[in-house]
Amino acid sequence: MPSALINVPAKAKRGDIIEIKALMSHIMETGYRRTAAGDVVPRDIITSFACRYNGSEIFRAEFFPAIAANPFISFFTVAKESGKFEFEWIGDKGFSETASASITVA
Amino acid sequence: MIAARAIALCSLAAFAITALPVRASEIPPSERRSGYSFMAPDTKAIQDDDTANPGMLWVLDGESLWKKKQGASDKACADCHDDARTSMKGVAARYPAFDKELGRPVDLEQRINLERARHQGAEPLALESRDLLALTAFIAEQSRGVAISAGEDPQLEPFVAKGRDLFMQRQGQLNLACANCHDDNWDRRLAGSAITQAHPTGYPMYRLEWQSLGSLQRRLRGCIFGVRAQPYEFGAPELVELELYLMSRAKGMPIETPAVRP
Repeated sequence: MPSALINVPAKAKRGDIIEIKALMSHIMETGYRRTAAGDVVPRDIITSFACRYNGSEIFRAEFFPAIAANPFISFFTVAKESGKFEFEWIGDKGFSETASASITVA
Repeated sequence: MIAARAIALCSLAAFAITALPVRASEIPPSERRSGYSFMAPDTKAIQDDDTANPGMLWVLDGESLWKKKQGASDKACADCHDDARTSMKGVAARYPAFDKELGRPVDLEQRINLERARHQGAEPLALESRDLLALTAFIAEQSRGVAISAGEDPQLEPFVAKGRDLFMQRQGQLNLACANCHDDNWDRRLAGSAITQAHPTGYPMYRLEWQSLGSLQRRLRGCIFGVRAQPYEFGAPELVELELYLMSRAKGMPIETPAVRP
């Protein structure tokens, strides 16, 4: 049951610097661990995260095995206009999740 | 003259010894603290913000499981208990609680599995599985801020006493009792980490070390392994008795589930 927790301010003044937080449920299995029998546990991580603000990409991150489980990303942007933030996580084993949040800019 | 001085010194020494506060075996109520108060500001911030607290991912999963139909009865938890926000408020603060049929205390995870067997005709969820932790976290989160009252039932008295005995009993190759750290040295550090007072206010909790939510039993097994003793199996009555004693120690302290700890 992958699920995301998003925190975007519901309202902001035009020009305000706002913080955006995104938490995604994921085990982030490194691919370096072995089972008791000695078999490698296959890598299963999120490889990329992107955020679009009214369609244009404002933030992108690449993820690597050293990132902890349930990665939490926080970044800042300028509130320019009312609209929608769209978030996308892509990873191993066909992992693909999206989430979105709205903002009203006055 | 010398003899008189020696006697005076002796009696002074005797006075000093008796006047020293006797190290209480348990922490006095006024000095009790949640593990939260020992944490660095950064870790506190993770717990304080529900959109940054990874434990909330399990709570969300638990909410959907609460509404999901299960087993032969084809009933969901919500079909009998309705809105968890009212029906489950305060429940986690009372657990472990006495089960009449079994004649012994059960913790919240075991209660969920008993309800599945008795009312839903469903298979028990594996202890420490994601689904069981999620349901437990969702139910316990409804009691956030509620004062812990576990162990008040008089039927539980012998089990609280057993748990207390286990807590005080030295064990393992290191020959340490829980109390040696958590009663006698909670104000000190062990390998750079705060020792803390063993008040289980936030279980199931997210440990950064585990990178996952985990139960109080998992934590207890970790400590028992740490003193190089053989841990009890998940679900063992001894672990439930320890849980019960620890919850009764924390009586009156508010539930924080899902707590975050380093």
